[in-house]
Amino acid sequence: MEKKKNKFLSNRGFMIFAVLALLIILASIFAPLICHGVDPIEGELANSIMAPNADHPFGTDKMGRDVFARVIYGSRTSLVSTFSLVLTIFVLGTLLGILAGYFGGWVDAVIMRLADMMISFPGLVLAIAVAGLLGASMKNAIIAIAIVSWPKYARLARSLVMKIRHTDFVAAAQVTGSRTGYMLRKYMLPNTITTLVITAATDIGSMMMELAALSFLGFGAQAPTPEWGSMLNEGRNFMQSAPWMVVYPGLAIFVTVVIFNMLGDNLRDILDPKSE
Amino acid sequence: MGKKQLVSRLLQMLIVLIGISIFTFLLTYLSPGDPVRNMYTSAGIMPTEELIQQTREEMGLNEPFVTQYFHWIGNCLKGDFGKSYSLNKPVVQLLAQRLWPTLKLTLMSMLLMLIVAVPLGVLSAVYKNRPIDYIVRSVTFFGVSIPNFWMGLMLILFFCVKLRLLPVVSSGGTFKDLILPAVTLAIAMSAKYTRQVRTAVLEELSSDYVVGARARGVKESKILWGNVFPNSLLPLITIFGLSIGSLLGGTSVVEVIFSYPGLGNLAVNAIMSADYFLVQGYVLWVSVIYMVVNLLVDLSYNYIDPRMRLRR
Repeated sequence: MEKKKNKFLSNRGFMIFAVLALLIILASIFAPLICHGVDPIEGELANSIMAPNADHPFGTDKMGRDVFARVIYGSRTSLVSTFSLVLTIFVLGTLLGILAGYFGGWVDAVIMRLADMMISFPGLVLAIAVAGLLGASMKNAIIAIAIVSWPKYARLARSLVMKIRHTDFVAAAQVTGSRTGYMLRKYMLPNTITTLVITAATDIGSMMMELAALSFLGFGAQAPTPEWGSMLNEGRNFMQSAPWMVVYPGLAIFVTVVIFNMLGDNLRDILDPKSE
Repeated sequence: MGKKQLVSRLLQMLIVLIGISIFTFLLTYLSPGDPVRNMYTSAGIMPTEELIQQTREEMGLNEPFVTQYFHWIGNCLKGDFGKSYSLNKPVVQLLAQRLWPTLKLTLMSMLLMLIVAVPLGVLSAVYKNRPIDYIVRSVTFFGVSIPNFWMGLMLILFFCVKLRLLPVVSSGGTFKDLILPAVTLAIAMSAKYTRQVRTAVLEELSSDYVVGARARGVKESKILWGNVFPNSLLPLITIFGLSIGSLLGGTSVVEVIFSYPGLGNLAVNAIMSADYFLVQGYVLWVSVIYMVVNLLVDLSYNYIDPRMRLRR
């Protein structure tokens, strides 16, 4: 354990991006402090569409709301929804994958055919259909993307479990009377968890982009909630007169995605030195 | 792929397709909106409760789920996907109309992507850990982190608003309308594909026969283009096929940004106006196309990989 800790601390790339990611999380928690109490939802129409200036560093939108405050507060929506999405598919996919791999037979057949169905299908098409038909909200957007994304984790977990399923130590544990729950917890889960954590960490960035895409299309966060994707959608019609309305929210997505992708890549290098 | 495998593969496709059709139908069945009410309001009529009940009866919407499903799928097999009530046209006609523009956009962006990604990927693999490799890797890293809808908006801002070179709204007819949407899609894809080309070529480069060829003094360029590149094509074709599939659905965001009259744009509008028949038809169509593309990719192995040809 001691050795592992050092591995994290001594990896400079990992530490830099971990700190940056922490800063983004802190910024979203302390959003009111950073914005000096500027409200991201209430604006004054008299201030509508103002170019960036000393009072409004990112300008204002058509409702006179401060774009900077909305970008900062928008990180709350993006981070909370992305983390819940990644956590959902991670837990769901791992659980189903381990069950499929461990029990085999009809359990495996049912779970994996379901996974095949979801995979043999262009993901965003289904996500749009699900989000749109269930009604537009951030919760439904998360459900939609989760439905099409869990099979990746399930397949991975299943293949890892299958690798050790018929090894001697598993057979020995079974012969000596270990219960199924104990087998799953003690042997199957630990053997899959590292690879799956790496996958989840490297997925954060792309999941954030997919959620933002759904919000951009109007199937995610709803007005007046500040969210980067839906801010881009609002700003789209004012591009000629107010380009700042589309530049800054997009920049926020880009920077956040880069940081989390870098963090994921570095984490993979630390935990799994074999892969490049 | 032998004949037996092909048959079992087709059977599998059929099962998945049935699953998808049930899933799609279930979604529209469970969705909170009322199709009949939407149908009337989109036609500008305020329906009475009586009228709604009567229409529901006529359309068979009061039947049990299973009856409705078989009725719908039976019609679909006959080529009748119902009528879009927001656009007042048969669904089949709308889908057929919009298929070609989306196909054109997909092919164009794939072409652009290949032109960029293959040379860059090979270059970066050959000069591994040299400056050029670092540059390619960092550029592609940023490339995969840019959301394509933002990229599209920035391109519009620059080329249409600032430079006024291209039209902001594309009608999908001319070549000019195709450029920006295709470039937008190609940028994110080439970033991803370049990395995969690099990995595939690197893997081949590290195999024993390359060492052997070098030891025998075979020219480096001959090893690269004569052996390594052809051998690394196989994994690349798989990825290529998969990205055609994901483009078919993934173009929708870009189509919306550029008001490009393709399938994706049609689908987004259909969902917005709760046009259930159109949504169902779209989802079924796209999944069939996607599966056929994947099958073709697998079949193409027969011709590309000599080992597969021998096995037959």
